[in-house]
Amino acid sequence: MPDTPRPPLTQPRETAAKVSELKHVPPQTFMRKYVFSVDHKVIGKQYLGLALVAVCTGMLLSWLMRLHLGYPEVAIPGLSTVSPNGAPGGVMTPEYYLSLMTMHGTIMVFFVLTTAPFAGFGNFALPLQVGAEDMAFPRINMMSFWVTLAAFLVLVAAFFIPDGPPLSGWTAYAPLSAVGKDAGPGQGMGQTLWAISIALFCVGQLLGALNFITTTLDLRTKGMSLGRLPYATWAWFITSVIGLIAFSVLLPACILLILDRVGGTSFFIPAGLVISDRLQPHSGGSPLLWQHLFWFFGHPEVYIAILPGFGIISQILPAFARKPLLGPRVFIACLAAIGFLSYTVWGHHMFLSGMNPFSATLFSVPTLIITIPATIVTLLWIGTIYGAKLRFTTAALFCLGFASVFVSGGISGFFLAQPSIDVQLHGTYFVVAHFHFVMGVAAMFGIFAGTYYWFPKMFGRLMNETLGKVHFILTFIGVYCIFMPMHWLGLHGDVRRYSAFTDEYMKGDIPLHKFITVAALFTGAVQLIFFVNLIYSRFKGPKATDNPWQSTTLEWATTSPPPFDNFGGHPPTVYRGPNEYGTPSPSGDYAPQFTPEPAGR
Amino acid sequence: MGKLLAGLIAVITVVSAAIFARHIWWMPPDISVHGSGIDHQLGETMISAGVLFVAAQLVLAFFIWRFADRGDARPIRTFPGGVTPMVVIAIVLVGAEVAALSLVGTKVWAGIYQAPPNPNALRIDVQAEQFAFYFRYAGADGKFGGTHPNLIDDGNGNFFGLDPANDTSARDDIVAASLVIPVNQPILLTMHAKDVGHAFYVPELRIQQDFVPGLDVPLQFTATRTGKYEIVCTQLCGLGHYNMRAYLEVKTPADFAQWLKDQAAQQ
Repeated sequence: MPDTPRPPLTQPRETAAKVSELKHVPPQTFMRKYVFSVDHKVIGKQYLGLALVAVCTGMLLSWLMRLHLGYPEVAIPGLSTVSPNGAPGGVMTPEYYLSLMTMHGTIMVFFVLTTAPFAGFGNFALPLQVGAEDMAFPRINMMSFWVTLAAFLVLVAAFFIPDGPPLSGWTAYAPLSAVGKDAGPGQGMGQTLWAISIALFCVGQLLGALNFITTTLDLRTKGMSLGRLPYATWAWFITSVIGLIAFSVLLPACILLILDRVGGTSFFIPAGLVISDRLQPHSGGSPLLWQHLFWFFGHPEVYIAILPGFGIISQILPAFARKPLLGPRVFIACLAAIGFLSYTVWGHHMFLSGMNPFSATLFSVPTLIITIPATIVTLLWIGTIYGAKLRFTTAALFCLGFASVFVSGGISGFFLAQPSIDVQLHGTYFVVAHFHFVMGVAAMFGIFAGTYYWFPKMFGRLMNETLGKVHFILTFIGVYCIFMPMHWLGLHGDVRRYSAFTDEYMKGDIPLHKFITVAALFTGAVQLIFFVNLIYSRFKGPKATDNPWQSTTLEWATTSPPPFDNFGGHPPTVYRGPNEYGTPSPSGDYAPQFTPEPAGR
Repeated sequence: MGKLLAGLIAVITVVSAAIFARHIWWMPPDISVHGSGIDHQLGETMISAGVLFVAAQLVLAFFIWRFADRGDARPIRTFPGGVTPMVVIAIVLVGAEVAALSLVGTKVWAGIYQAPPNPNALRIDVQAEQFAFYFRYAGADGKFGGTHPNLIDDGNGNFFGLDPANDTSARDDIVAASLVIPVNQPILLTMHAKDVGHAFYVPELRIQQDFVPGLDVPLQFTATRTGKYEIVCTQLCGLGHYNMRAYLEVKTPADFAQWLKDQAAQQ
């Protein structure tokens, strides 16, 4: 730390205050400023950029899959150039379909639904919201991003090796994932790259979670008691605790999988397996062990993806309802309850896995119980907009859309949580519909809400609201057209992870598949409006004021965008909770956390 | 904008609910003894979840419609009664629902998956492999021959790794590529996987179970209607997964006995 006083990057909030309070050194070089930056805001944007690249990749893969499912005989232009083996003449082989599906799931769950709502927005906004200058460990924070980026590159590298990407799904069930090349194309090097990628990803997220927890607990500014923490920060904090436990189980599981693959061990491979006419040289392992370890991570992962969305919605919605969130303490208690319960339910993925059927009840009951806090949270949002004065900005629309799709996705959980119904619906499109609504679409709506809301703070410019509203409405219609019919396919017995429907009873559903394909192409194309808006507004959008939404939390106390050290060396003091909307105050109909208590209150 | 969104939510809700309620796409007719319990449980869940779904979406849509900021000086209103009654009602209602579904559902589940093996059941051995099912009947001696993974030879039709040269009980074992069963007769499958995980799913039979490499997994059911149905694999097992199918043929006891006799003669 240099002792010489340094002028802050932008106009200090109180010019008379001592500049020597500035502890952070602003970065001087391009590399330090934009590439190897330790600034949480830059790292947050880097995570969001990574998620943007990942979501484009993942969506492109889903387009290819949907085209193949709806129109299996149609040659996809250019696909044979990308993979001459996987798509000779532009028509994909069954194994290439499975590879695309595996990569779609892995990229979306890990590199989009985890990185954007948690690592991306969390990194950008959490230190601002608690009034800190940066994360507790800025260098570890930087490492967290670069390890995650490395994980992504290792995963994507699987597209460019001769055998192509793995085909065992994002869950990588053993022994298909553990025995190597014999199990099929892509199960050689491709699957090893997958396991290394996910192990690296775990390291990155563990470093991030550690940082979030420490920052929330130790770097809060004066007056920011836990009771005054903004709801998004609460959500990121609880998500970090979940992540710390979940990723520290998946990491060793991936290491054991790598050892099975390259080290000749047999953690997940039993004796006597004959694969590709070869008796496998393994014995003593258990395929169910992988499933237990994977789902012990995998189910909490669902909440890692969605809880930040809960927080973002609960923070944004009151700002546009001009009304306090109903039951803030109840909300936080529900988050904590969901976080705890998320560790008691993993076996509901395994009702039919061959584990002891007696344990099905043990996993089913907490799964059903988790619907209680989830229902309450939804009711809190609905209760919040009762009697409100809703301002239908794009961010607000995505919050309301979030509530709708979360209800639609959550409801189907009632079915799948029950082993007696899972017997019929397990492994069908009903499950695909359920998790796409509840963690895919809902989390994406949270990401969109966050983007439209924080964009002015990130770049100092407002996004175009007209484009935003068109984007929202078309996306909202589109996702329902894609995922609602999947319930019907599932009820009818259509099995997921099939590259073609040659079965008699599934053939009749191909028209419905065609409809879904058209809806998916449409919804994907609609996202171009979002990209145009992002790029246009980044450079040409109207300049944003410090607090364009008249919000209460601390990120709106500083300039848009904030200086390197967030508050120009003068961390704000907090006078109240984040929930004071609709109360007359000198600021208007709300009282920000950072303005002193008005006289007479 | 609020009215547009409210209208959209209402339309989507009503149309979706109608398609569910009218069973436009629904489960195929049940052909099993235990299936009515599953169908009943699913029907009950559909009603209670459906009511929640429609109610939540329509209330959301109504509030979005009703509570827009119209630039007037109307003060905001808090939710009637505040948060406590809402939380209590949610806990009681959803809690009762959860308890009811669990109690009834557990019984249905236990009746299928926790039932002791029926001594009168016809025992059939199933081997799943990339990408086929094979079914083995004990033959005239009523005994299954032992299996030896090192003897598995698909090229010569020894899918189970039997050792008829040294194992007398293996000599009359009947192996078929279709699951042929007599109607109204309890069936007990013993499921093995030769290579990776697979699953056994017959939508009409309301039954599904994974094959786990290294484990012998039991599965019991009774079919109540003759006919030909498809068995599909639902556990991702490799490149030919989508094509891993077999037929379930439910025959009258007389037809089944004849089929078994014909098979024995061929092998």
